[in-house]
Amino acid sequence: MGTERREHSRRKFIKTAAIAASGIFASGLINPFNAIIFAAEKPNDPTKPWWGYGIDIEKCIGCGRCANACKSENNVPREPFYFRTWVEQYTIKNDGTVKVESPNGGIDGFEQTVPDEDIFKAFFVPKMCNHCYKSPCVQACPVGATYESPDGVVLVDDTYCIGCRYCVQACPYGCRYIHPEKNVADKCTLCYHRISKGKTTACVEVCPTQARIVGDLNDKNGPLVQFLKEHTCLVLKPHLNTGSKLYYNALSGEVR
Amino acid sequence: MEQHYQHLYEMLSQGQGYVFPNEVDLQWGLLIVLYPYITGLVAGAFILASLERVFNVKVLKPTYELALLTALSFLLVATMPLVSHLGKPLRSYEIWITPHSSSAMAIFGFVYIWYLMVVLLLEIWFDYRRDMVLWSQQEKGLKRWIYRILTLGVTDLSPKTIKWDDKIGYFITVVGIPSAFLLHGYVGFIFGSIKANPWWSTALMPIIFIFSAMVSGIALVMFIYMAVSYFRKQKIDMLALDTVGKYLFYILILDFTLEGLDQIHRIYEAEESFEILSLLVSGRLYLTLFIFQIFLGTIIPLSVLAILQFYKPKEKTRRILYLATSLLVLFGIFFMRWNVVIGGQLFSKSFYGFTSYKIGLAGSEGLVMALVWIILPFLILAFLLWLLPPWKKYVEKAN
Repeated sequence: MGTERREHSRRKFIKTAAIAASGIFASGLINPFNAIIFAAEKPNDPTKPWWGYGIDIEKCIGCGRCANACKSENNVPREPFYFRTWVEQYTIKNDGTVKVESPNGGIDGFEQTVPDEDIFKAFFVPKMCNHCYKSPCVQACPVGATYESPDGVVLVDDTYCIGCRYCVQACPYGCRYIHPEKNVADKCTLCYHRISKGKTTACVEVCPTQARIVGDLNDKNGPLVQFLKEHTCLVLKPHLNTGSKLYYNALSGEVR
Repeated sequence: MEQHYQHLYEMLSQGQGYVFPNEVDLQWGLLIVLYPYITGLVAGAFILASLERVFNVKVLKPTYELALLTALSFLLVATMPLVSHLGKPLRSYEIWITPHSSSAMAIFGFVYIWYLMVVLLLEIWFDYRRDMVLWSQQEKGLKRWIYRILTLGVTDLSPKTIKWDDKIGYFITVVGIPSAFLLHGYVGFIFGSIKANPWWSTALMPIIFIFSAMVSGIALVMFIYMAVSYFRKQKIDMLALDTVGKYLFYILILDFTLEGLDQIHRIYEAEESFEILSLLVSGRLYLTLFIFQIFLGTIIPLSVLAILQFYKPKEKTRRILYLATSLLVLFGIFFMRWNVVIGGQLFSKSFYGFTSYKIGLAGSEGLVMALVWIILPFLILAFLLWLLPPWKKYVEKAN
């Protein structure tokens, strides 16, 4: 009798285990493994725009017109401590040391102080908000004043921000500042007032070499998707998994 | 405004290497150093009080109410540095009414209120209820009315009710211990959860904050107990003081070990940020980290306390040693907070350079304001000790 009972419970166990295993297997079929690469996650409505940005480092000549145009367009304070976008000059010397500069965000242009014979390579890197899909600044804002718009732009409601500066700490890219007059967080809006009306951003408009591209990641024939297709692009600090939507062509490992 | 720009140009000229342009303006200054410092003192003082109550360390009785009132005095001020550093202080209520659930900072208001209203005020009320009833009968004039209001009309002094007071007080203390851990562990999480900042981002941060909080809170109660005894011209209960010293010793060892572990882990893993962080600690943080925090604030107190565990000099010498130790520990933990908060912002997230920090004198984030927030709790404590003197509490006659 004891053996029978044991047999019975064993059979029951195998049955339950089989049901559970098939359940797990079936749920796997319904919800297949979804590897997220960069910001591969899509908005709810793929017919609407999903804004992203591309920068071609090979094309940037460091003229700084983008940083200047941004300040004019968006009334960013002119002091050299507040930038929605700026340009960095990287100079990698023959001895392996790296020199980075961004005098006045590059608005006044650059001067190469390292003698030519000491330079291994040099290039310019425009920087701006990465409009991350899994944005650390949106995550950190204690009141929800920083948010992601349905079309993928990270914005700040300046009538709501309490000025705690936690988002400034949370941004790995140094893209935020506290507006000295408004005392609230401020950052690149991707010229939302322009792109939502079919225009391009101020920085893209003035770039003389088309090093900057703003575009809709949902538009498979659009300029940004074409740019991503034709170049090997990387995002900044990929290990932080911020879901950055700012893609760089020819991004060197020294750039952070 | 001009002054602010002037300050930033000065900071720009003192920078080293490359920092992102937006990083020249260091966002969290002295007031945010005070915030974890003060909350830490609260949590630590409370944990010392609960040692007596929950773990039945009877020799600590002389410090019990003192520790509770100290915790309350500092807790009442804890949010002030935060609010005064906000860009829009008048909007601070938004954090209560529309907290953003994913933000590590949003819950602070609730943790704070839980701790203030549910733990500290209730515990003190139950502890003092009988005395407030008795005082409302003995005192005259305004004081009589204050006590009467404070009793909330519950004037029953039957043995059964008194027993209930004690039971509920005990229960609140039991709830209070995890709450104190929560309060300060949570403050640690606010920093530890910022993945953008390698100096902050460590899972050990909340635990380190809890232990450093206990260290600073115990040192504070030790100091206040000696100071209050001095002003009241009362003899210090050396057994109590020795016991507080013993706990300070144990917890200081744990705290130092944890912080050491954190640093060893960083050095051994030597991730991308390692070079800039080693330049940070050997450069801009050298004085505040190695000299102030580690040598003066940890090694010396630890050595003194270690010696006192084995060798007990005369009472007077011991008192002086305890006084010096408590002040050094308080000094050291202040700079521990400094090294976390300011240190974490001195290096650029580009890992290519450093910015500078200089304390301003005036303004809502200046030195004067900071001094106000650090002196105010002592004034509140003086008032609370006048209103609720632990030494005038009803003492049950031993059989």
